[in-house]
Amino acid sequence: MTTDTKKTLIKNGTLADGRVCDVLIENGLIQAVAPSLSDGDAIAFDATSMIVMSGLVDLHTHLREPGKEDSETVLSGSRAGVKGGYVALSAMANTSPVADNAGVVEQVYRLGKSAGLLDVFPIGAVTQGLEGKVLAEIGAMADSVAQVRVFSDDGNCVSDPLVMRRALEYVKKFGGVIAQHAQEPALTSGSQMNEGVVSATLGLKGWPAVAEEAIIARDVLLAEHVGSRLHICHLTTAGGVEIIRWAKARGIDVTAEVTPHHLLLTDESARSYDPIFKVNPPLRTENDVMALRHGLADGTIDIVATDHAPHPGESKECEWQEAAFGMLGLEHALSIVAATMVESGLMDWAAVQDRMSVAPARIAGYVDHGREIAVGAPAHLTVINPKASYRVDRDQLQSKSRNTPFHGMQFSARVVATFFHGHAVYQEGTIA
Amino acid sequence: MSSVLPAPDISRALSRIAHEICERNNGASSITLLGIPTRGAHLALRLAQLIEKIEGSPIQVGTLDTTLFRDDLRLKAPRALMPTSIPALGIENRTVILVDDVLYSGRTIRAALDALGDIGRPARVQLAVLIDRGHRELPIRADFVGKNIPTSTSQSVKVLLTELDGVDDVLVSDGGGE
Amino acid sequence: MKHLLSIADITRVDAIKILDTAAELARVSDTPMKKLPTLRGRTIVNLFAEDSTRTRISFEAAAKRLSADVINFSAKGSSVSKGESLKDTAQTLQAMGADAVIIRHGASGAPARLAACEWMSGAVINAGDGTHEHPSQALLDAFTIRKHLSQGREDLQGLRVAIVGDVLHSRVARSNVLLLTKLGAHVTLVAPPTLLPVGVESWPVTISYDFDQVLDSLDAVMMLRVQQERMNELFFPNAREYSRYFGLNTDRLNALHPGAIVMHPGPMNRGLEITAESADSARSVIVEQVANGVSVRMAILYLLLAGDTSIEAGLL
Repeated sequence: MTTDTKKTLIKNGTLADGRVCDVLIENGLIQAVAPSLSDGDAIAFDATSMIVMSGLVDLHTHLREPGKEDSETVLSGSRAGVKGGYVALSAMANTSPVADNAGVVEQVYRLGKSAGLLDVFPIGAVTQGLEGKVLAEIGAMADSVAQVRVFSDDGNCVSDPLVMRRALEYVKKFGGVIAQHAQEPALTSGSQMNEGVVSATLGLKGWPAVAEEAIIARDVLLAEHVGSRLHICHLTTAGGVEIIRWAKARGIDVTAEVTPHHLLLTDESARSYDPIFKVNPPLRTENDVMALRHGLADGTIDIVATDHAPHPGESKECEWQEAAFGMLGLEHALSIVAATMVESGLMDWAAVQDRMSVAPARIAGYVDHGREIAVGAPAHLTVINPKASYRVDRDQLQSKSRNTPFHGMQFSARVVATFFHGHAVYQEGTIA
Repeated sequence: MSSVLPAPDISRALSRIAHEICERNNGASSITLLGIPTRGAHLALRLAQLIEKIEGSPIQVGTLDTTLFRDDLRLKAPRALMPTSIPALGIENRTVILVDDVLYSGRTIRAALDALGDIGRPARVQLAVLIDRGHRELPIRADFVGKNIPTSTSQSVKVLLTELDGVDDVLVSDGGGE
Repeated sequence: MKHLLSIADITRVDAIKILDTAAELARVSDTPMKKLPTLRGRTIVNLFAEDSTRTRISFEAAAKRLSADVINFSAKGSSVSKGESLKDTAQTLQAMGADAVIIRHGASGAPARLAACEWMSGAVINAGDGTHEHPSQALLDAFTIRKHLSQGREDLQGLRVAIVGDVLHSRVARSNVLLLTKLGAHVTLVAPPTLLPVGVESWPVTISYDFDQVLDSLDAVMMLRVQQERMNELFFPNAREYSRYFGLNTDRLNALHPGAIVMHPGPMNRGLEITAESADSARSVIVEQVANGVSVRMAILYLLLAGDTSIEAGLL
């Protein structure tokens, strides 16, 4: 996508720090940020009463291409992303073939470029075939056109402690980070939902919190021991928040993410046995949800990441045990964070910008993203109407799939425009 | 609501029916009284006592629930089943006298005949009712009637019995004026 | 109530109504005809995705005694034959005009999904779903206990029942805990700690790891089947240790007080959770449970299907 040479003037928006400003964009860059700018030949965009923040960055997206294009492609995922306010996505490696070599990551990178709506940063696998036994060609992926810096076997846990140790050591060479999907396989074989009062009643095999926490505890200690960086994917338990807090207090270089669905939903949703609520790691208890919200608010949890996981209809229109794990997330992430964190008073918009743009870009090393809205920065912006009030309709999604658990829910805040290199790639209802 | 058969009249009617039953059947030795729950069952017990006084020996009496054989089950929510209790000598080759409080469309008795058919083969079946209010929808008639009370279909007839309602009476209420 | 998916959905009053109706219907098997016209014209489909001769035959007998038409539909392992998904099956049932589907399935929640979906409109009766519930089994168990021990009471107030064995994987246990406590009984679960679910502390029961200690206080002992596979999954060391601590052997049988009864939902592992002597003893009502099953299932079918099925109100 070539940078846009048109001029755009975003008028009267409120920046995340509270200043009401106009933002002038030209040639894909921010030219001016000040109140009451005027420019005759700029396209005007009225952002009165709207929040203008640096474009959202997702560190955890499943784009399914190559291999499962019936549920999503890089293009359809990009469309879903810009509608949700995202200007950068990180494509997880559990595609088919797995992204464990330079060839696949470069393919995903090129698909992102040709879709041209936002930046698609491929994530490389930690181990070959995600099997957890032998390291993947991490160096080759780092050197490739895709310049991979984040590595994850997500979908699977790197459960062998020796393999995890070696991976943590190896990425130090180029400042990469291992993103762990924390799930002890021996404790979660055949597990269907959180282990607790609800699973005991429903007769569904439990996925105990300790299976997540034990891996997190082990890996923060490993990271400390070898002096490396660690990122924990989709944190879901109160115990996990405490372990991260303890680790950070100790000076361990660990970061953590939480998904929008884990900020909103609990395992009570499973009582209907509707597999739209089946996800890995599973929805947990009210107590966990509250701990995650407070952890995100106080910065123990660094970022929100969607874990956007598209699945075709037949994978969810069946009995719970047969259904696939995963929920869509890109299109409603911002609305959910606004509802659970801003409207409840736990965070302000500046914190939202940090957790959804600045911090993800910093962790992954996406230098053009999460930048302060200032002269000279690339014009990657998200415009939000905090009082738009809408109801989620699963038949009105940009994603190729329909597996959203939020169908029918009412939200207040909504992304109304997304600017990528100064071009309005999404503007209320229309995708460029 | 107006009372069409107060307590003393109910007593006299039952007494007369008891005598008629004995007269028609040459005594009570081959009779089995089966009351249709709820009120028919109580009436059957009263008739049994009256007949025992007349004949001087105990009489076979029980209950026959018709719920499972009704032809109108599908029209409302499912109904609770009432007890069916067939006395020791059974019904085979005996004279069964069905006892009910009100005879109206005749469908309850039709169901009772089907229920009897599943249990066995009586020699004959007779019907005793306290009130016959007309408007038969099937070719069914009573052998012993306490009182004939012509009614319109908009009216309702309610039999009260001391065992259940604390008082004996038969009340007719006018429906909304058609 | 349109469906019978879980004991949790039935009130105490409804449960007693089912038991009372079953008591009346039990008489039917004593009449020469053994058949009632009540459900004539109704089509009932037996959808058994899991093998079960005993329960299927019981439901089939119940349906036929009420003159319903029965269609047996085997949809084995939707996981194995992906083409025969629950959705496809449901749409086929709808096309067949099924008034009710009696479904046994290996997946917990499959009957609930069938009832909630838009693919078919008949009544759904849960004949056992995964490790979740088996409502008709609990109802026939309660019926059996009431018949022997309630002395004319309509419920099970004050009776002490123990459920012994693999509670973690038992749908019979879950349904019985809900129903027996709803009817006023006091329930004790006896099992090794590995076979009790996390979260059982929130159930309205007493837990004991010591079978011998509770024996003489019991009015009824319900033994659960222990599957051989559990030994490979590390739930207990071996069959010998399990039988020694949790099996109903002759010594334990004799420690029960004189009126106490022995129950088992079947099929039994004679020698593992229950010895042959105990299964065949005078206290055992195991065979009677099977006969009671037909009456109870007739009551369920009658109450769900005889009336106006468009009414969604309570059973009453």
